[in-house]
Amino acid sequence: MSTTTTRGVAQPAPAKVSKTRPRRGLRANSTFNFWLFTGPFLIGLVIFVFVPIGWSIWLSFFEARFTVTPSEFVGFDNYKQILTDANFRNSLVTFTVFAAFIVPATWALSLGLALLVNRLRFMRAFFRSVFFLPTAVSYVAASLIWKMSIFNGVRFGLANTVLGWFGVENIAWLANPDPPWYWLVIVTVRLWLQSGFFMILFLAALQNIPQELYEAAAIDGAKRGWQTFRHITLPQLRATSTAVILLLLIAAYQAFDEFFNLLAKATWGQPPLVELYKMALGQNQNYGAGSAGAVVLTLLICVVTLFQGKIMGFGRGEESK
Amino acid sequence: MSASSNMNWDRRNVLRAAMGLAAAGGLAACGSNTGRGSGGSGDGLVQYFHAYGEAGVEQAVKRYAKAYKGANVTTQWITGNNFEQKLFAALLTKNAPDVFEFHPQIQMVKSGQVADLTDIIEPVKDDFNQADIKSHTVDGKIYGVRMIDDPQFLFYRPSMFEKAKIEVPTTLEELIEAADKLTTSKVKGIFLGNDLTSVDRPLIWSAGADTLTADNKPAFNTDAVAEGLKQLRGLFTSGNLLLDAPADSWDPSAFIQGLTAIQWCGMWAMPAMQKALGDDIGIFPFPKVGSAGKQSVYNGGWSMFVNAKSKNVEAAKEYVKWLWIDQKQYQEDFATSYGFHIPPRTSLAASATKLKSGLPAEGVKLFNEFGHFDNIGWTQAMIASFWDVIANTVRKNGDPKAALDACEKKVDAELKKLFG
Repeated sequence: MSTTTTRGVAQPAPAKVSKTRPRRGLRANSTFNFWLFTGPFLIGLVIFVFVPIGWSIWLSFFEARFTVTPSEFVGFDNYKQILTDANFRNSLVTFTVFAAFIVPATWALSLGLALLVNRLRFMRAFFRSVFFLPTAVSYVAASLIWKMSIFNGVRFGLANTVLGWFGVENIAWLANPDPPWYWLVIVTVRLWLQSGFFMILFLAALQNIPQELYEAAAIDGAKRGWQTFRHITLPQLRATSTAVILLLLIAAYQAFDEFFNLLAKATWGQPPLVELYKMALGQNQNYGAGSAGAVVLTLLICVVTLFQGKIMGFGRGEESK
Repeated sequence: MSASSNMNWDRRNVLRAAMGLAAAGGLAACGSNTGRGSGGSGDGLVQYFHAYGEAGVEQAVKRYAKAYKGANVTTQWITGNNFEQKLFAALLTKNAPDVFEFHPQIQMVKSGQVADLTDIIEPVKDDFNQADIKSHTVDGKIYGVRMIDDPQFLFYRPSMFEKAKIEVPTTLEELIEAADKLTTSKVKGIFLGNDLTSVDRPLIWSAGADTLTADNKPAFNTDAVAEGLKQLRGLFTSGNLLLDAPADSWDPSAFIQGLTAIQWCGMWAMPAMQKALGDDIGIFPFPKVGSAGKQSVYNGGWSMFVNAKSKNVEAAKEYVKWLWIDQKQYQEDFATSYGFHIPPRTSLAASATKLKSGLPAEGVKLFNEFGHFDNIGWTQAMIASFWDVIANTVRKNGDPKAALDACEKKVDAELKKLFG
């Protein structure tokens, strides 16, 4: 049963393409439409994405301190500097630790929420909205709430008040890196902010799993609960899971706001973007080295994404599994 | 069959929507960061101020600007704790402010970012606190007009000291001991800021060292400073230090709310503290560190600079001269009507009645007796690398001597770039 459905999915795609080919009369028109619709977006993309990327690559080969229009060509010196910089290398470790926490945690939590909401008979729209709402909150605002009210170090902070009921001493969540409680603050704020969004993705995928699969499984004697989840739901969510994990990894790479706001003036827990920000826009204003770091990071993201795509089969048709 | 092809269609759409949203989010983040609507070029001047915590300062700054007839002055009130980063980044762009407040730092002079203001200061040079003139002078040229001097020291609650039967500490050991005795289940002994970086220079000075020598060589890497860092580490782990307070040490909230018995803060906070606590406030300098040390007070403050790359350098200088040289009533209003600051003009400091008695007068006394001014050669990059020392040795259990050595290396590299 499951093999026939997946085959069926892949087939209509080539058929559609061949159908549109003979309609040459509309071709000029559709080219025009293509540019009409994508033009404005492409212009924005060129100005705000491609030009800065090109400029950044150009800058990375120059000695550019306190200027973005440098004249002194230095070859690969900036790359040498950034690759031998202990802070930059540590930031990659920080990212790895962060991703190891946040990617599985968000995946599991958003899938869990989706399963719960999907089973609701009443008020499903309400709970869907409630869980999605944090997505609309800014990372800066959320980190300030986390820092100043939930995880502040004084006796009336929410977390410390709760711990106080059990006789636990006040904890300095962010100031003291030993033990590293700051990870709890950072992971929970991002979890709260992003799981609602990924829950919606899972919910959509869950609602598209054909009911017949469950019926057939029931006839074959599969028990409801873990067994059907493990052998039907999870495999059917494979494409969505792959996409979610990819998006989560990219988001983790882009992490900046909460680290910047929660771990100011610390030397630990600095992810790559914060490190590059400090180098390029902080007191050093070394745009050359900062750009070199950005290029290195971009290459790294490309490699990781391609590698992940290779392992998990993102963008591949399901028949090629 | 139809259900499953639907599934594929939906999944793609959902993904597309996800990508679209992510892209839109990115674009929105870029777009919303332009900072301001208009101005910058033409007749208007733009000035940058960091966000003063006291009520009424923003309105006052805008009122002065409005009263100026020479140009249309727009004020950018920069909130957040990274004023210097925003300023440095803005100075590189076409949207740079024409006039901005900051501290004297030589890299801005060397990279040609601040204009020479000698001609507007020279006529009244003798009326300025000479230490303020010195800290803004490079090779005989004066690059900024001091607006306010802000002495920073430790505030304490005499009633709590009496209850705990302790004297005002004069050494770091005594301070740490006092913090221990003052700590109860509700009140922490002392608050030095959430990251302890606000006592960076006081620690150096109190240990008998300095940031740089007179001929610009690192002078902070001494055994006494290392010992001081070690003692602060002890305080950090003792449980007597207030940490992760909702407001940092430049704000008097922790002290006013009774979260701490001693707090590092500045003279600007005195009016707010007096309003909340009445007479139950005392002040003392940062205690001496080690046997060769000496108590110290940090004479911080803010100065006005003109962006040398602005299109309106002359108009900007005219405005700075009008407000910060000529308009003495505004200068006094700015220094004494909101928070308390010491006017750098000696004639104004002499006539400012609010600073003549009580706690403010004591502040002025500490300023004169124990104060250390900014060194123009001690730049943001050096400040930040010493902050790393504090993070690594006080908040983390790093070796002070190794951290100071690493910092000295960085400072040396900076000095080489600046002085060759």
